[in-house]
Amino acid sequence: MKLKSRHLLGLEGISKEEIGLILDTAETFKEVLERPIKKVPTLRGVTVVNLFYEASTRTRISFELAEKRLSAELVNFSASTSSVKKGETLKDTVKNIEAMKIDMVVIRHQSSGTPYFLTQCLSSSIINAGDGAHEHPTQGLLDLFTLREKYKKIEGLRVVIVGDIKHSRVARSNIWGLKTMGASVAVCGPTTLMPYEIDKMGVEVYSNLGEALQGADVVNVLRIQLERQKGGLLPSLREYANEFGINSDRLKRLNPNFTIMHPGPINRGVEITPEVADGPYSVILDQVTNGVAIRMAVLYLLSGGEGKVE
Amino acid sequence: MNKKTSIEAELIIVGGRIIDPASKLDKVGDIYIRDGKIIKIETKKLIPRKKIRFSPEIVDAYDKIVTPGLIDMHTHLREPGREDEETILTGSEAAVAGGFTAICCMPNTQPPIDNQGSVKFIYEKAKSAKCKVYPVAGATKGLKGEELTEIADLVKAGAVAISDDGRPIYSSSLMRYALEYSKMYDLPVISHCEDLALSSDGVMNEGFVSTVLGLKGIPGVAEEVMIARDIRLAEFTKSRVHIAHVSTEGSVNLIREAKRKGVKITCEVTPHHFSLTDEVIKTFDTNAKVNPPLRTKKDIEALKKGLKDGTIDCIATDHAPHSIEEKDVEFDAAPFGMVGLETALGLVITELIEKKVLTWIEAIARMTINPVKILKLNAGQIKVGMSADLTVIDPEANWVVEPKEFKSKSKNSPFGGRKLKGRAVLTIVDGKIAYQM
Repeated sequence: MKLKSRHLLGLEGISKEEIGLILDTAETFKEVLERPIKKVPTLRGVTVVNLFYEASTRTRISFELAEKRLSAELVNFSASTSSVKKGETLKDTVKNIEAMKIDMVVIRHQSSGTPYFLTQCLSSSIINAGDGAHEHPTQGLLDLFTLREKYKKIEGLRVVIVGDIKHSRVARSNIWGLKTMGASVAVCGPTTLMPYEIDKMGVEVYSNLGEALQGADVVNVLRIQLERQKGGLLPSLREYANEFGINSDRLKRLNPNFTIMHPGPINRGVEITPEVADGPYSVILDQVTNGVAIRMAVLYLLSGGEGKVE
Repeated sequence: MNKKTSIEAELIIVGGRIIDPASKLDKVGDIYIRDGKIIKIETKKLIPRKKIRFSPEIVDAYDKIVTPGLIDMHTHLREPGREDEETILTGSEAAVAGGFTAICCMPNTQPPIDNQGSVKFIYEKAKSAKCKVYPVAGATKGLKGEELTEIADLVKAGAVAISDDGRPIYSSSLMRYALEYSKMYDLPVISHCEDLALSSDGVMNEGFVSTVLGLKGIPGVAEEVMIARDIRLAEFTKSRVHIAHVSTEGSVNLIREAKRKGVKITCEVTPHHFSLTDEVIKTFDTNAKVNPPLRTKKDIEALKKGLKDGTIDCIATDHAPHSIEEKDVEFDAAPFGMVGLETALGLVITELIEKKVLTWIEAIARMTINPVKILKLNAGQIKVGMSADLTVIDPEANWVVEPKEFKSKSKNSPFGGRKLKGRAVLTIVDGKIAYQM
């Protein structure tokens, strides 16, 4: 089996079978990561450009490691060191880079839809590493992978995403992926951070954390940003922590064998207390480990690979 | 053919269905033109089709519709400043190709049209244009929203309205003074209603589609709260306000209620706002990025209802040319606006007349006599003695929008590939053929 598209722009519209294929492929690669020599020749001769127009630590290193472990050639580019500041348009920049003969582009950009825009200007495969508040598909996939690893199947799980849903691409990719895989999804956060008609995405909407957590298997805690307070969306981070912060006390409402997730970076003591972030039910570091395997799988499959890997 | 009349007239439009909303005329007839004016309208003894021979003086309009020349009261020409996007000449070429014989150009040029000299500049340039061009002048100096322009001077130079279009007059007191002052000259203030704090850095309608796309939304209330303010100010000052590009159900309801109370308020809708929803943004098409943004199906229904019951007075294009380079960027970075002169009539016929929202006479009124009444122009009627500004429409023409073929210098239309029915085949300005398909 192969993926239908040459690009990975989002999890909206990606079928259950395709997600299954990516997760299965990632499982194989995860095994590679356990070996003493964590490298395979799969993408030898393939050139990948990592275009990061927005700061990123985790995602960027994760993609770089994934590319290296697949033996791809890679080039890094970040907005601060580019000609963006000279007033060159994004289209000109990427056309110039492509003229140097590349195969794949991994892009992180603050504007929603930019990866889609690149598919219109370039002939390379495009991987979305996060665009505005739109999607972050590899994060969604690594979250699915982490849950499948623990529970064996995603179907039937009750997942609550807590925090700034409005500005979160992680929330959107998670909602699409989880719904496709048969989980039930609830979102919970202050009403000012809840996007318009989010319920139409097929999720339950809560502004009371206690109610939202009742009977949940998984809590995915989103990062809350200080700018939201300045923008008038929140009175204070202190109040946010009191009303929506995940602490040990609140975990009592969850089902046994529950899981705590966080896409990082964590604001300890704001959206999550340290003891919860570091607790035995936390899979936060597993998510990071799995991120490399997922990105290896995505790079491999988009470069034309089929399900089985040696 | 009657020999005498053929000598008298320089041009005869023969056999068309004449629709003149001002006189409620809807009859097949011949229109005789001389010295740029209509000299006779004959609805009884028509020149039979078989007697029409090839002649530059006679136009065969059988099976066609003849209307007063269409008037667009909301056009952006980019001269002076951005002549790479549109000039007064190219804008007028686009206008006549779309069936318009007069357009009103908005003042947000670089520099803006905010003094007598710049109004005169427009009239001077318009002498070589294909259609009539009426400048709307700025309401505040530099369109900065700080001090009123010299409105008396602007009126003397021929400004037909004042507006800071593209931006609201944000200070409520300055808006009050603009309304009060312009009342001396019976000049309408055209208001771009947008609460800038609510629209903030939004790029599309705030709704389910913006939620899914993660693009920053502009809520309908950003428009509605300003309309509510302007209604109260117009009522308080007893002045005339015209609301530009109404886009939401809430706006239509506010204006309907205000009209019922006798407030001197008029408004317009653009063809794109009654033809497209925010769903088209799903492909991040920057040509569909426009302000106010494309709304929802529910809003379109309300706009159509408002058009039907007269709440919405006019159809205006908000023709906003932008270069390819400016639009060929990521969605957030693209400027707002789309061209509209060459698709407006086709959309009116396809979306409103064919779908039985408006009758022909109602639709044409909203593109002719209604803007004329608001702006006090001497145009928009088929009447003996009036300037022969006429549009001949083929109501059955099926065509596909091809932006490459636009006369406008800019091609930023989201309607490329759309099938439309009906278009202008001949546009006559002051008795001269300005456009012929």
